Amino acid sequence: MKFNQIDSDLLNTIASITEVPKGAVNIRKDGQPLIRMSSPNIIIKPKEDKPGIDVIVKPGTKNESVHIPVLVTQAGLQDLVYNTFEIGEDADVTIIAGCGIHNESHQDSGHDGIHEFIIKPKARVRYVEKHYGAGSGRGKKVLNPTTVVRIGSEAYAEMEMVQIEGVDDTYRKTIAYVEDKAHLKIVERLLTHKRQSAQSDIEISIEGKGGSAQILSRSVGKDESYQVFKASMIGKTECTGHVECDSIIMGNAVIKAIPSLEAENSEAVLTHEAAIGKIAGEQLIKLMSLGLTEEEAVNTIIEGFLR
Amino acid sequence: MLRLEQVSMSVNDSNGGNKDILHNIDLDFTSGKLYAITGPNGGGKTSLAKVIMGIYDLSAGQIFLHDEEISHLTVSERAHKGIAYAFQQPPRFKGLTVSDLLKIAYGDIDIMGLRKSLRDVGLCPEDYLDRDVGPGLSGGEMKRIEIAQVLARQATISIFDEPEAGVDLWTIQRLIGIIVNRFKDNPNCTAIIITHNENVLPICDEIIVLEEGRIRDRGTYQEIWPSIREDIECKRRLECRGEFGYEI
Repeated sequence: MKFNQIDSDLLNTIASITEVPKGAVNIRKDGQPLIRMSSPNIIIKPKEDKPGIDVIVKPGTKNESVHIPVLVTQAGLQDLVYNTFEIGEDADVTIIAGCGIHNESHQDSGHDGIHEFIIKPKARVRYVEKHYGAGSGRGKKVLNPTTVVRIGSEAYAEMEMVQIEGVDDTYRKTIAYVEDKAHLKIVERLLTHKRQSAQSDIEISIEGKGGSAQILSRSVGKDESYQVFKASMIGKTECTGHVECDSIIMGNAVIKAIPSLEAENSEAVLTHEAAIGKIAGEQLIKLMSLGLTEEEAVNTIIEGFLR
Repeated sequence: MLRLEQVSMSVNDSNGGNKDILHNIDLDFTSGKLYAITGPNGGGKTSLAKVIMGIYDLSAGQIFLHDEEISHLTVSERAHKGIAYAFQQPPRFKGLTVSDLLKIAYGDIDIMGLRKSLRDVGLCPEDYLDRDVGPGLSGGEMKRIEIAQVLARQATISIFDEPEAGVDLWTIQRLIGIIVNRFKDNPNCTAIIITHNENVLPICDEIIVLEEGRIRDRGTYQEIWPSIREDIECKRRLECRGEFGYEI
């Protein structure tokens, strides 16, 4: 199958796809399935009661990936989708998600993705979700993902959520439950500019003994943009949790970082770090002494920071 | 090659006035020579280096490179003209790797070149190329990576600001050896080493002693070292007298 230029650009940006990838794939475009393929170990089937899919990874599946990007190119479309991921015991998979909106109209386009992850014991999951907006229309590009994760005992999940550019409004909500000896790492990367607004609420509840979790957020706010980052780590038992939010602020942007720790057990060890500041002058000077212009130095620092 | 004429530099002091850091410095550096700048702490050595690199503005005077005035050029313009500076305390970056900085320094380099540049400064490429230039690196590692970047620039004028600081004894010998091999008798370039290490001074062609923002002495090691040694001894005696009430 050959993608048109707009689809191809969006897919390449959000999922590094230039052709239909091997393995399990579900590409959704403008509220409809464009491509859907299961693999022997990863079954993708549509939900019967609402829009969306169930992705079922068989126990013991190793080193396989599933691509489930979403494209919105139809003016004024407000897409809503419910996806459920069930990762079988002892499986090891990578899930490449993401949403790209191309809007050339004056009407707002949006995508609300409601994702539920059920990660069975000893499974390992890497989940990558990139959000991107393109097009010169006055209509806003809006993305509001909600993610609920339950990580079974001794399982590991790493979730990388990136908003690259072009998304006007976003409200991201992530709720996670971590069981015995399980580990969850959430990495957020966010860039806002012009008058864009982004809010992220993450709440992790470590319920199992020996469980651990990390939230690592890096963001850059430029121009008149506005960001709010709320991260809440709740330790209900003997566990470790760490929240780190780091932001570069530029122009007239406003950034709020609100980390919160709640220990409900004396054996819970919870920590947080939060920093907001402009690019350090000595970093700029250093890169300029290697021959970069000031603008190139700023872009290099931001690119590295959000990598 | 590089000429400073009546260069002065001052900063704002806490009383709203100006504090002079460098006073009417006249200096010239010629190709193929290795220079050491030394002197007591606070004498203006790093300020002089930063004035040459364009990091600090002059309050008076002019700087010429190959007889072209560069006083008005930005840091990056001076870098393109062929001036490189290894920072005394290199800044750290979140997300930029050793490999990223070396690639910027070289402009165009393959993986073999990157690996060699790290081996030259005593670092194992496999362990360092993909590491962040961040808090995970020690001061000594940062210095070696900094020196690797300046060597990568292949600049006309390379300034090393206390390359020995924070570096272990074994690596100092190696780093100084690399600098000497690269710059000694090389007719196309000049190295300036800001140093407090007395082992570095004898290998330099010329030594400049900077004190209180002024050039106190200039000459070869044989010419300069006796006065430096006498000065050190004199200050040591004065300090001991003041602190302990007797002379050693």
